Amino acid sequence: MRADRVRTWLLGLWSGLALLYLFIPIFIIILFSFNDNQGRFNFTWQGFTLRHWQDPFANPDLAKALENSLLIALVSTLIATALGTFMAMALVRYGFRGRRTVDFFVFLPLATPEVVLGAALLALFLTMSFNTGFVTIVIAHVMFTVSYVVVTVKARLEGMDRHIEEAAMDLGATEWTTFRKVTLPLIAPGVGAAALLAAAISIDDYVITSFNAGQTQTFPLFIFGATRQGVPPEVNVLASALLVIVLALMGANVLVQRRLARRDALRTARPPATPDAVPASA
Amino acid sequence: MLRLSLRTRRRLLPWLFVGPGLLWLLVFFALPLVNQLNVSLQTGDPETGYVFSWAFSTYVDAIADYHEQFLRSIGYSATATILCLVIGFPLAYFIAFKAGRFKNLMLLLVILPFFVSYVLRTVSWQLILADEGFVVARLRDIGLLGDDGRLLASRTAVIAGITYNFLPFMVLPLYVSLEKIDRRLIEAATDLYASRVTAFRKITLPLALPGIFAGSLLTFIPACGDFINAALLGTPRQFMIGNVIQSKFLTILDYPTAAALSFILMSLILIGILLYARLLGARNLTEAAI
Repeated sequence: MRADRVRTWLLGLWSGLALLYLFIPIFIIILFSFNDNQGRFNFTWQGFTLRHWQDPFANPDLAKALENSLLIALVSTLIATALGTFMAMALVRYGFRGRRTVDFFVFLPLATPEVVLGAALLALFLTMSFNTGFVTIVIAHVMFTVSYVVVTVKARLEGMDRHIEEAAMDLGATEWTTFRKVTLPLIAPGVGAAALLAAAISIDDYVITSFNAGQTQTFPLFIFGATRQGVPPEVNVLASALLVIVLALMGANVLVQRRLARRDALRTARPPATPDAVPASA
Repeated sequence: MLRLSLRTRRRLLPWLFVGPGLLWLLVFFALPLVNQLNVSLQTGDPETGYVFSWAFSTYVDAIADYHEQFLRSIGYSATATILCLVIGFPLAYFIAFKAGRFKNLMLLLVILPFFVSYVLRTVSWQLILADEGFVVARLRDIGLLGDDGRLLASRTAVIAGITYNFLPFMVLPLYVSLEKIDRRLIEAATDLYASRVTAFRKITLPLALPGIFAGSLLTFIPACGDFINAALLGTPRQFMIGNVIQSKFLTILDYPTAAALSFILMSLILIGILLYARLLGARNLTEAAI
């Protein structure tokens, strides 16, 4: 069994190095948010300061870009999540004609390189002489996040017990009531995950946005534009702060989930004798 | 309100659900592609505008002028995809089978880069690999790099950047498919005197194929169209087809060529996916990828 231990140890070492590779650039970003840089460039380490953290919105263009990004993410996520959730429900629940075609069609944007999506959409806006800006960015973001929402919600729906809904209908609930009181609460975690995914993709997108932004600046566009004159350290501050906020939210989510799981465990401590309660291995 | 028979309602309901999203995709995904095809066959110049004229020669010219960037995009992306697989498979395997109570923490570390802007992460690599940076100085000290040797602005830098940026897209599907494997199958194999290597080759690897397929696609497709890594970590000598499409569209305003290039890229990728699916024997494309 010694060879086994060595193998596991080597595997662990490799995994550690891989994770380090993923983490190094992030570490550098956080580190240089504390850099006491002189002049425009933030390339070499010149000493520790909290100066940039005290006033992260010092650069008005950057503040505006971040505001735009957050607003675009909010609006496009709301639209994409609503559209995608309903599509996923129909695709999983109803055996209608053309279902497979729709399924494949929804998958296509995921298989298309972003540069093609962005360029094609811009060509359409140019052809229709539609001015690019905030609205076109939102349109573009909904277009390419909706497929991610469908895929995520579908995964949740497929693992769900249909009998609960049928029971509600049998007990006289209308389709709408069943949806509101039974289906929606059950798929809520999937919808939430899908919305988070859509928001994350939207905030981070550079390629598609760069084609359809017009004069509107977003956070990634600002950073890319700033690379030539040196990215200001406030960008590092905001990126680090965003990371901390996301991690805190995820931590809070884990705590809430744990508490809910404990509550459920208490509730099902005395299970009713239904066939469903019999362990799956029986 | 319109009263419909139950049967008609049952038939219409799915379309009511699918309708709005489908319409959005038809107008802003399918229609742009059709329009793009139209644009690619136009001739003219930015000053006077472009008119439709069945100009298939644009495609011929585009391939003649930019086959180098196409080949480079495919070469860089394929290399990065293989590197991601080599780096990512052991990592995903470790998380799925050996990580124990650190599983969730390790998964979090894998997706951590997603929470920092893609462009900023690439800028960070620019900083790490910079000529006046720490890494280049140390490599010069120990003689791995010549005194004027550079890391930035090279093919290696661009491929390393792409590998870095798409590694999580490889690891996650690999992890999902490995996690799903019934451990008892592997135990059964070793009980029946298969060596660990044989068990891995005959059980684990075939069952992980959907993950390998999905991960490769999620890495290769976006990498093919990427231009951020080449723009920030390379020079025009490392530019990929994405850089050309972007500058044709946004700077030179040569829309027909940009449109033709997009179409060629899309067809190349679709052909690639089909060949790859045939190679791995994936029965249902969408099923395997999702």
